[in-house]
Amino acid sequence: MAEQVIPTNQMPPGLQVENVDDRIMTLNVGPQHPGSGHMRIIVKIDGDYIVDADPDPGYVHRGEEKMAESRNYITNIPHLERPVIHDSCNILYPYVLGVEELVGIEVSERAKYVRVIAAELNRCIYIQYWLAIYGIFLGHSTMFMWPAGDRELLIDLMEKITGARVTHAYFIPGGVRNDIPANFEDVCLRQVNYFEKRIKEYADIFYDNPILKARTEDTGVLSREDAIRLGTTGSVLRASGVDYDLRIKEPYDVYDELDVHTNVLKSGDSYARSKIPWLDMLESCNIIRQALEKMPKSGSIRTKLKPNPKGQIGEVYRRVESGRGSAGCHIISDGKIEPYRLKLSVSSFRNLIALPYLLKGEKLGNMPAVYWSLNYWPVEADR
Amino acid sequence: MSTAEITPPPKATPPKATPPKATPPKATPPKATPPKATPPKATPPEKIEPPVPAFEKSYIDQITNKFTDDVEVGYIKENRTRINVKKEKIIDVAKFIKDNTPFDHAESVTGVDFPEDKEIGLIYHLGSYTDSTYSKQVLALATRVPREENPNPGNDSTKLPSLRDMFYSVEFHEREIFEMLGVYFEGHPDNRRLLLPEDWADLPPLRKDFKNKGR
Repeated sequence: MAEQVIPTNQMPPGLQVENVDDRIMTLNVGPQHPGSGHMRIIVKIDGDYIVDADPDPGYVHRGEEKMAESRNYITNIPHLERPVIHDSCNILYPYVLGVEELVGIEVSERAKYVRVIAAELNRCIYIQYWLAIYGIFLGHSTMFMWPAGDRELLIDLMEKITGARVTHAYFIPGGVRNDIPANFEDVCLRQVNYFEKRIKEYADIFYDNPILKARTEDTGVLSREDAIRLGTTGSVLRASGVDYDLRIKEPYDVYDELDVHTNVLKSGDSYARSKIPWLDMLESCNIIRQALEKMPKSGSIRTKLKPNPKGQIGEVYRRVESGRGSAGCHIISDGKIEPYRLKLSVSSFRNLIALPYLLKGEKLGNMPAVYWSLNYWPVEADR
Repeated sequence: MSTAEITPPPKATPPKATPPKATPPKATPPKATPPKATPPKATPPEKIEPPVPAFEKSYIDQITNKFTDDVEVGYIKENRTRINVKKEKIIDVAKFIKDNTPFDHAESVTGVDFPEDKEIGLIYHLGSYTDSTYSKQVLALATRVPREENPNPGNDSTKLPSLRDMFYSVEFHEREIFEMLGVYFEGHPDNRRLLLPEDWADLPPLRKDFKNKGR
């Protein structure tokens, strides 16, 4: 046992004293792992079994919340989508809804539908990227290639709408930045139908694959009670049997006019957590088709906003269901043109707390299957 | 940079009355009947809708009836409520909420710096997964702790008891607030850095006196 040389309260910041146990070995997983994103997990193993896991995020901390305090409500938009560039519409959604509530501005019906379509397309784009990495984590190279290729279909659609492939900055307070192109409905319907046909094939090679099932079933089981107690959200929560989807529970924009179903699985293991996003994609295709049908064919897509809008004094907390779970935005305004304080309450950060629980007692080889099934995006957690 | 007011809520102090008349006649005339009958500027957004939502009020009343002096209602809006609690009572109130209302997890904790008041505000957003009638509700449990000019995180008066025993999900949020604002959470088992570098020796960065470079 190591003796404690310096008293704890006199140590320089950040230094820690760790007692060494001969049986236990400490492994640093990351932060340079090519698939994990920039996040480190300090794993303690006894033989092949994990006895302790300590997630260490922060390698891509950008200070989004601090930056937001010195920029006005409109110039905040492009940098607030950077935490998750693949899901940029959804991560921006709560901020835009919050600013609309603070400034007091109405959104036209057509803009709401366009937003829902863009948000659902973005959800699929994000999940495809996540699924590709999950495939390569488990050594399934085909599952890396297929989603990475198929998401190009939807990226093309987003490029047609917004002009950018990933960082769209499309939502603005009052609507969306520009209208969708003339023949977009037909193209979108055709591509989404094809996309749905393609992702159904993933079941054959991935979700019904006995090797995948052997690796993910009954690993990292999160019980329903723990999922609630730990405050998890999104696919992690719904894989543990809690029926909670903000698109249904707290409908924003036009989700209450659409027929949205949520996917809930009961087992709470890595397999269920990896299957929920895939089921969500199929549901997104349904939502997009409904929205294309119900969308007003013409009309304003943007309510004019005065330059440098001021938020009224007060606070607002809005949340939406992003590709990973609830994304919340808490804006405190003191009546100026920039927010006094902006807090992003993101699902990756909230789900991270479950990681030590899931990894304890697992074999080290199961770690990638458990870790990435949390639907975790390191950049979003760090903000 | 002369910014006209957006949908001007008649502020209590209207020194620059000129910009509003430049705007075309908006929805302001209908509610312009009692313009100067509202001198107390307690809550700046003056269009408080009189019907307080009943459901939200019911569970807030449950809390305020129990803690009459230590709790004040911040606001009761549709689906969003806020109560301000004295910091000595935060544990009791949180325990009461956990045991007697369906709120079962904290989804976000915001720390706000108020240098003028020499205080740091903390806002816990509580939600409910178990009771579907509460699934839209977010209860903001707010408190304030003293703030010191020269912070020494962990060793000064900026302290608050941790709510981890009641709402387990605050664990990482409280770690983040400790490093970002210097609020030490007593009873938290793991008050280490989370996002910042290990050798960070500057001010807690989300305090207002930590300035962004070049801004």
